[in-house]
Amino acid sequence: MDLDAVLLARIQFAFTIGFHILFPTLTIGLASFLLLAEIRWLRTGDGEWKSLYRFWSKLFALAFGMGVVSGVVLSYQLGTNWGGFSTATSNVIGPLLGYEVLTAFFLEAGFLGIMLFGWNRVPRGVHLLATAMVALGTLLSAFWVLAANSWMHTPQGHTLRDGIFYVVDFQAVIFNPSFPYRFAHMAVASYLTTALVVAAVSAAMILRGRRERAVRYGLAYGLVLAALLAPVQVVIGDLHGLNVKQHQPIKVAAMEGLWETTRGAPLVLFAWPDREAETNRYAIEIPKAASLILTHDPDGEVVGLRSVPPGDRPNVPLVFFAFRLMIGLGVIMLTVSWIGSWLLWRGTLLERRGFLRLLAWTGPSGLVAVLAGWVVAEAGRQPWVVQGLLRTADAVSPVTAGPIAASLAAFIVVYLGLLVAFLAYAGKLVARGPQAEGDTPEPKLQMAGRS
Amino acid sequence: MIQADLLPVIWALVIAFAIALYVIMDGFDLGIGILFPFAPSHADRDTMMNSVAPVWDGNETWLVLGGAGLFAAFPLAYSVILSATYIPIIVMLLALVLRGVAFEFRFKAEKSRFLWDIAFAAGSTLAALAQGFVLGAFIDGIRVIDGRFVGGAFEWLTPFNGMTALGLVAGYALLGSTWLIWKTEGGLQRWSRQRARVLLLAVLFFVAVVSLWTPLSHEAIAARWFAWPNLLYLSPVPVVTGTLALLLWRGLGQERELAPFLLTIGLFLLSFLGLGISLWPYAVPPEMTIWDAAAQPESQIFMLVGVVLLIPLILAYTAYSYWVFRGKVGGDFYR
Repeated sequence: MDLDAVLLARIQFAFTIGFHILFPTLTIGLASFLLLAEIRWLRTGDGEWKSLYRFWSKLFALAFGMGVVSGVVLSYQLGTNWGGFSTATSNVIGPLLGYEVLTAFFLEAGFLGIMLFGWNRVPRGVHLLATAMVALGTLLSAFWVLAANSWMHTPQGHTLRDGIFYVVDFQAVIFNPSFPYRFAHMAVASYLTTALVVAAVSAAMILRGRRERAVRYGLAYGLVLAALLAPVQVVIGDLHGLNVKQHQPIKVAAMEGLWETTRGAPLVLFAWPDREAETNRYAIEIPKAASLILTHDPDGEVVGLRSVPPGDRPNVPLVFFAFRLMIGLGVIMLTVSWIGSWLLWRGTLLERRGFLRLLAWTGPSGLVAVLAGWVVAEAGRQPWVVQGLLRTADAVSPVTAGPIAASLAAFIVVYLGLLVAFLAYAGKLVARGPQAEGDTPEPKLQMAGRS
Repeated sequence: MIQADLLPVIWALVIAFAIALYVIMDGFDLGIGILFPFAPSHADRDTMMNSVAPVWDGNETWLVLGGAGLFAAFPLAYSVILSATYIPIIVMLLALVLRGVAFEFRFKAEKSRFLWDIAFAAGSTLAALAQGFVLGAFIDGIRVIDGRFVGGAFEWLTPFNGMTALGLVAGYALLGSTWLIWKTEGGLQRWSRQRARVLLLAVLFFVAVVSLWTPLSHEAIAARWFAWPNLLYLSPVPVVTGTLALLLWRGLGQERELAPFLLTIGLFLLSFLGLGISLWPYAVPPEMTIWDAAAQPESQIFMLVGVVLLIPLILAYTAYSYWVFRGKVGGDFYR
């Protein structure tokens, strides 16, 4: 296996999984948001909640479709790209992904049809159940896939014989040390991202003169949920960081740009990490702050990158900058959602066109932060695919660079085309906005399907 | 240890069950995509797509279960088969992506609708072709040394595999057309009836070719079928297949609605059984058995618990969903 093929396999997988993760992030959040809207509708009898539901369920369907098709790709890419990984870890990872299919994918797919097309075919209670099952399915899916991923970061509950992992204790495998933190961090990330997307899209519609209650409900609920979730995410992120420091100190060293093991390590706000010289250029630092954050003691010791040979370090600039991007976007989300909630409380939000425009532009920041966060987590684990036990270079399939490069090119072309189409059709739905839902029978549309 | 011997057999049956369900359920909705360009009118295309819109992603989930089950229960087979058939698998995945998003995009598009018509039809057809090539490569055998695939990137591209690929396309199209006979009425139903007859002949041709070609080029498979007394025990398979084909031909001539679909499913299951007989007990023919490829027993048991508890539940709510969307489908059905 030549190195080019390894790199190409990584780029391809990073691209397909990075593309995929955007859509589950949205569907995890939107499914729960739809459940909330349906409960509000059934509780209050206010038809505006139903039109809000119908509107967001169309965007949900779009995102869900993208998530399904890009997810099917991943379940087979473990074999096509990572044959070595799947052979070595299948005893551990296989059952977890199997349970994801059995508990989550079927649940989502089984009830999605009723949720989208079943309004006039099932009683209201059954429809609510269908929405709840889809929402539960999205969370269960995250549960299993994050259990599998977390095991790759903090493996336990196994023995390793002749290069193959054997499970000793499944409970230990699933509830491995980083799992609770990573699951909480990702679940809250999905909710926060979606809350902000809902608020941003509603803001854009208000700017276009749509002022019906369905739109205003979306704006208010999105903003307040984001304002509540953002500080929760800060706390979870901090706890997760402490967990990473305990189990993957080199990843933290790359995140912090810390080369030497130091007592009283500074917090590097900005720098250019130079891998050759093993030092930071143009660094702007706050003395002792990294030690304070990571050890809750200004003179606490933080492990540096030089404590391991260069071959055992991740790509430092990549991890370093991705981490800063994630944190920066987190600060933006917190600030915007708090200002918005304050304006909402003051009752002047709808008149603040400048702020609404800012909010609309902030909409995608959660998605970008999620991508940046996954780059930190996954690139930070390199050169390992299973931390400390299996190297990425030993995990690839016996496929040569040619087919991988060709399929990578095909994935890029197809996925970018899909993204353009997704945005175009989502934009069209947004331009049309929510439609009033009375109890009178709806006019027949020429086309049905998932429209 | 009995358990260690038996578990791979149980898992082989579980995966065979998932693949059979996949082939039948996604088979009819891929078949609709294959028939799509030939549909009599635009309105009929809407109806065809609507007939599978609420169920297609549940159908495709069986493919994911097949993949995840293979990965969990027979990891060596998973990595060998997917390495050996890298190109058709990737083509299948991309094709499934294109036809899958067409369900979402087509009804929202106006000027660009023809683009999603093409994506749906070409994606469905390519996915079926690619699956047929993988099937052929699997039957024909994969070169393995020390648990790793040692062949080239294009070993799957052979005349035999081309036959299985065309056979699968015809088979899916037959499933799709008999599904339409059941779910539609009027002109589209009549059209589907005519197409189904032609497709049935094509399917029988390909089944016959593959059934003869396989034992001729593989001595072990010939011995399995033609050695005495196997010949006696296995003779019902071709006999029942022929009977079902005859019943289907007659059912298409009469005004039967559900029977053609069920008979086509029967044909698929029998072909599947025939393959099973030929290839048992190999996870990767011609050498790696299901015992060679099996995961550790503890992992197989852990996931088997889930399968036993959850598959009945999944079948129940899937059946409920089909029941909710029962009856004939029109262009504006799901409001």
